[in-house]
Amino acid sequence: MTTQQRLPAPVEVTAAGTAEGAASRGGLPRWAWYAGAAALLAAAYAVFRGTGTLPHDKEAPQFLAVTELREWIDDQRDLNPVFLYFLNYVRLYVAEVHGLFQTVLNALGWPGLVGVMGGMAWLAGGWRVALLAVAGVGSFGVLGLWESSVETLALVGASVLLSLAIGVPLGVWAGLSRRVRGLVTPVLDVMQIMPTFAYLAPLVLFFHIGAPAGAIATMIYSIPPAIRITSLAIQEVSPAAVEASASLGATPAQTLFKVRLPLARPRIALAANQTVMMALSMVVIANLISAPGLGGDIIRGLSRAQVGLMLPAGVAIVVTAVVLDRMLSALARRGPRSRAGRLDLAAAGALAAAGLALTPVLPATWPQEWTVNLAAPVNEAVHWVESTWYGATTFVKDLTSHALLNPLEGLLTTAPWWLVALAVLALAWRVSGARPALTALGCLLAIALLGLWEHAMQTMTTVAVAVLVTLVLGLLLGVAAARSPRYSALQRPLLDAAQTMPAFVYLLPALALFGSTRFTAIFASVVYAVPPVARLVEDGIRAVPAPVVEAALSAGSTPGQLLWKVQLPMARRAILLAANQGIVMTLAMVVVGGLVGAGALGYDVVVGFSQRADFGMGFVAGVATVLLGVMLDRITQGADGRPSPRRRKLT
Amino acid sequence: MRDSPDSAAITVEGLWKIFGAGAHRVLGGDDRHLDPAALRERTGCTAAVRDVSFDVRPGEVFVVMGLSGSGKSTLVRCLTRLVEPTAGEIRIGGEDIARASPARLREIRRHRVSMVFQHFGLLPHRRVVDNVAYGLEIQGVGRAARHARAAEILSLVGLDGHAGAYPDQLSGGMQQRVGLARALAVDPQVMLFDEPFSALDPLIRRDMQAEVVRLHREVGKTMVFITHDLSEALKLGERIAIMRDGSIVQVGTAEELVGSPADDYVADFVRDVPRSHVLTLRRISREPEPGEPLDGPELPAATLVKDALEAASVSSRPIRVVDGGTLVGVVDRVDLLAFLSGRDLTERAGA
Amino acid sequence: MKIRLLAGLLVLGMAAAGCGGATVGTPSGSAAPQPGGGSAAPGSAGTVKIAINPWVGYEASANVVAYLLKNELHYDVELPEIKEQLAWEGFETGDVDVIIENWGHPDLKKKYVEEKKVAVEAGSTGNKGVIGWYIPKWMADQYPDITDYKSLNKYAHLFKTSESGGKGQLLFGDPSYVSNEEALIKNLKLDYKVVVGGSEASLIKGAQQAQEQKKPLLFYFWDPHWLFNKTQLVRVKLPEYTEGCDADPKKVACDYPEMDLDKVVSKRFADTGGKAYELVKNFQWTNEDQNAVANDMTNNGMTGEQAAKKWLDANTAKWQAWLPK
Repeated sequence: MTTQQRLPAPVEVTAAGTAEGAASRGGLPRWAWYAGAAALLAAAYAVFRGTGTLPHDKEAPQFLAVTELREWIDDQRDLNPVFLYFLNYVRLYVAEVHGLFQTVLNALGWPGLVGVMGGMAWLAGGWRVALLAVAGVGSFGVLGLWESSVETLALVGASVLLSLAIGVPLGVWAGLSRRVRGLVTPVLDVMQIMPTFAYLAPLVLFFHIGAPAGAIATMIYSIPPAIRITSLAIQEVSPAAVEASASLGATPAQTLFKVRLPLARPRIALAANQTVMMALSMVVIANLISAPGLGGDIIRGLSRAQVGLMLPAGVAIVVTAVVLDRMLSALARRGPRSRAGRLDLAAAGALAAAGLALTPVLPATWPQEWTVNLAAPVNEAVHWVESTWYGATTFVKDLTSHALLNPLEGLLTTAPWWLVALAVLALAWRVSGARPALTALGCLLAIALLGLWEHAMQTMTTVAVAVLVTLVLGLLLGVAAARSPRYSALQRPLLDAAQTMPAFVYLLPALALFGSTRFTAIFASVVYAVPPVARLVEDGIRAVPAPVVEAALSAGSTPGQLLWKVQLPMARRAILLAANQGIVMTLAMVVVGGLVGAGALGYDVVVGFSQRADFGMGFVAGVATVLLGVMLDRITQGADGRPSPRRRKLT
Repeated sequence: MRDSPDSAAITVEGLWKIFGAGAHRVLGGDDRHLDPAALRERTGCTAAVRDVSFDVRPGEVFVVMGLSGSGKSTLVRCLTRLVEPTAGEIRIGGEDIARASPARLREIRRHRVSMVFQHFGLLPHRRVVDNVAYGLEIQGVGRAARHARAAEILSLVGLDGHAGAYPDQLSGGMQQRVGLARALAVDPQVMLFDEPFSALDPLIRRDMQAEVVRLHREVGKTMVFITHDLSEALKLGERIAIMRDGSIVQVGTAEELVGSPADDYVADFVRDVPRSHVLTLRRISREPEPGEPLDGPELPAATLVKDALEAASVSSRPIRVVDGGTLVGVVDRVDLLAFLSGRDLTERAGA
Repeated sequence: MKIRLLAGLLVLGMAAAGCGGATVGTPSGSAAPQPGGGSAAPGSAGTVKIAINPWVGYEASANVVAYLLKNELHYDVELPEIKEQLAWEGFETGDVDVIIENWGHPDLKKKYVEEKKVAVEAGSTGNKGVIGWYIPKWMADQYPDITDYKSLNKYAHLFKTSESGGKGQLLFGDPSYVSNEEALIKNLKLDYKVVVGGSEASLIKGAQQAQEQKKPLLFYFWDPHWLFNKTQLVRVKLPEYTEGCDADPKKVACDYPEMDLDKVVSKRFADTGGKAYELVKNFQWTNEDQNAVANDMTNNGMTGEQAAKKWLDANTAKWQAWLPK
């Protein structure tokens, strides 16, 4: 992660390094220190158990203050100049942009939209992508979700347009100026570990609810990749080309527009792609603040526990993601030089024109006969699964709850807060060094001050269990894929597909299998986080230089020795990055799991939107999830400190 | 385990390596005789090693030389089946490598054959001493024993005091010394070198070549040395095999290659070699002409031509070339000048 | 290009809002189609947005009204999924025109009807609503005293689950539902924990399983609901409701009152909604009517539209009376 390079590593690293050296040289093996520390903590827990706990209080003054603030703001919304002349205008303009998309998309009619999307896809990536786009957009109608899908497209379109309009110039600036980069990077770092839920409450405060608020939330959520990747793209433009341009007497602006931007174009298309993917996962969640679209159908299914209602909407979102992903990545793959051929232009134009020409002829709404109603069969299938696998799923669920969740939750909630803080501090210090440890401690204490200690501990429990399962599975799958190319070829497309899917979609199978409990959230987060973890692990192992592997083999290593002594240690960075990612993703999902019984912080956020009186609690819970995210990130992100060759070089 | 001195340390017979699907089908048919481009065109396969045979004598330094893409790196990897050969026979110390089970193969790699790589292949997460001891570690040697052995070898390669460093803290040359030490640590009978010095600076390369020569003298291992650098080959190799498009074109001593190249390819290859540095007097001496004075300086037949120049500059009389006391022929100043100017070649070509 | 577009929008927005600053309710040029006009499809009388709250009874009412609006009055109808309290805010932003079944919410009425004046009451739905705590009938048979809240603590151990943290479980539904559960448990000193099932469906499933498989379950539920026609449930008696005993949500220690469910619409809809508003105002039916439609939707595999059509076909006289004259 980029953040690591910012950390003033040398001091801590050398300090820890000598400590380690002393430990191993002094005769006491390293594990003895860990055992000692663990024993000490256990003893402290035994003695102080039940004291210094911070039980949850729904009426905590912190919550009430925020609730009151919200009431006050609601009253001021149409009076206060900040709202009248600034915030409401922002809301209004976003509404304008969104409305524009809405109007255009609706005016196209369904044949027109199919045609135009097909034409655009053709321009982006040829007939295959065009075919995919036509089929994809058509499927919205077939699924009986035409209106919702168009609403979603409009919302995504508006937020992505705004994201790019702000993000790309900012990214260019950050790419050109080291100072701007220094300012922007830490903000982006935090934004990227913020769970989707945390964005919503503050937006409600300032921008009320509805489509514009949803679009703003989506925009904010999806802007980091736009900035980050654009900045990287600009930085990585060949310095030789820039130098050559400057040596010919080009002004900085000329160099920017004639050299940097054209060369960075494919990467910027990638940035757009990422932005769209982020937007798609947020746009669903934005339904919690009454943004329209497919999110509504999913929430409808969730709140009726009917997978049959959610599945078509989930499929439509995945289809949208896949279509847009293919279009944009085709665009990103094309070199800086390529232009669409005349033939492609003609074909794309014909496709679009055909669609538009059919709009007045065909019925205005998607014909009923052309839709497939999936709800009933899917519900039946889910019912069958529920009743048939009831024994197995209940067993797994109860086993996890009783063996892992409840004991750990009991431990964390009955331990004195200072003991937990001490443990976190020690762990973070050991793994990541002093500064991240202090940040982690600060976050934890802030959570305590916010009055969400108990719920944060419960959420942490769920995250811990989910992360554990995720890492075990991710490592197994990643190692398996790295060792068998044939298996990898099988697994990779699945992982690719999984990574294009918006987070929400994962709640579906979880809910179908496990009803709504904490375990549902765990299951969903595991399914959500395993693909990138497995992928990072596989890539990490594969990235071990061939000469090293060859040297180890030629020394007569067995496959096991190769894995344990060479590949895994050398993939350490990648594995730790995977762990870090896994934790951040799991937290995000566990919080969303508040919708399906995960309780604790996520549920507080959900309640905050559903019950006015609890808005404050929801808002504060959103903040607490961010703090929890930062804390978990800091504990793990420096984990590659000492033994990594790269870090040592800095010393 | 040592074989009798007259048996070969390594025997390779009819070795083939064809990359691509259907390699065995290619090998079975007539396509295998096609040249590389045509073969790829027809079958999509690449023949990296084509029907290669050679012997390496115990204690010999055998150099395989060729341009990149000539198949030499594949060849050396076939020897311990890091690359699985398509066909052919390989014996190391009399043992059939091609039919060894995976476990047996690992035993061979652990104890009998070790390898030094172009890009070092060091483990960046381990200290130098643990890199050197890696081979012993995977054999199950205890920590103390393997560290002692590693320290010993490190001092042999001149890396005293660097045991605790990490590879990326060392220069390229030192890293390759670690690679060398790792290969030596398991006390193998055969050492394989895959272009070990091509990634190093010229000066360091020269040092390392000298190091190999010294080590060879001290430990006397059988060595197979892959290089694309002719001067390196000439410097190290007792015998040199020249590879082109997967086949061995010629095997011989430096003098044989330079003095009588098997074909135009080899001739072209060795053209820029200063012949006076490779050829000996035996090759240019001639029957004394009648009446030629035979009281000039006497030099052994194995003297390099360049080393005869001084004697010729001191005395104007023809040098007498002797082999163990018997006169093989004479060389006078005109002969030397004609040789140095390359006139002998044009005359031969004209003849 | 984008910059020019934005600048254009900026000007447009300014113009739309006049120069006196923008309010949340300021409609943007192309978005937010107005009831009774605006950008609805040609031939349509306008668009009506009925918020959908997450229980099937509500959906039944909404679907019946929506069907009539569409097929008799030729309006476009949107049914956005918006939870109870958010829907009230939707009156202000223009995202919601109608809440078809409102359960009390005196505080919201005060705020949005009286203070902000963005909402208007539109009369009773004819449904009587009551919330309560229920157990399956077999439990009441086996433990006759369990139906009194005073003996709940005695039986708390029966209701323990993996999610209830050592206490008895009180299963709750969607987080947006009207709820005094936390306060009740605290104020009545019950050894119970609220466990959120997250949906109406989880309550229904729990109740059905509890009765069929004789599993203990204490859960939050409400009438009107079709479930009472299918599964035998018994209500637990909480301290009786008296006027004003629920005034302070923190100090509630009494049962829920029986409520007259009513309709609330946005002020804008009331002013400009014309016939659609008339229909919404006239809409009134019984708990049995609602249960019939809700039952079809949940148990007979019908969509809201199909179930609504079935009921309307069978009850022409009733709905004829709702149509504006």
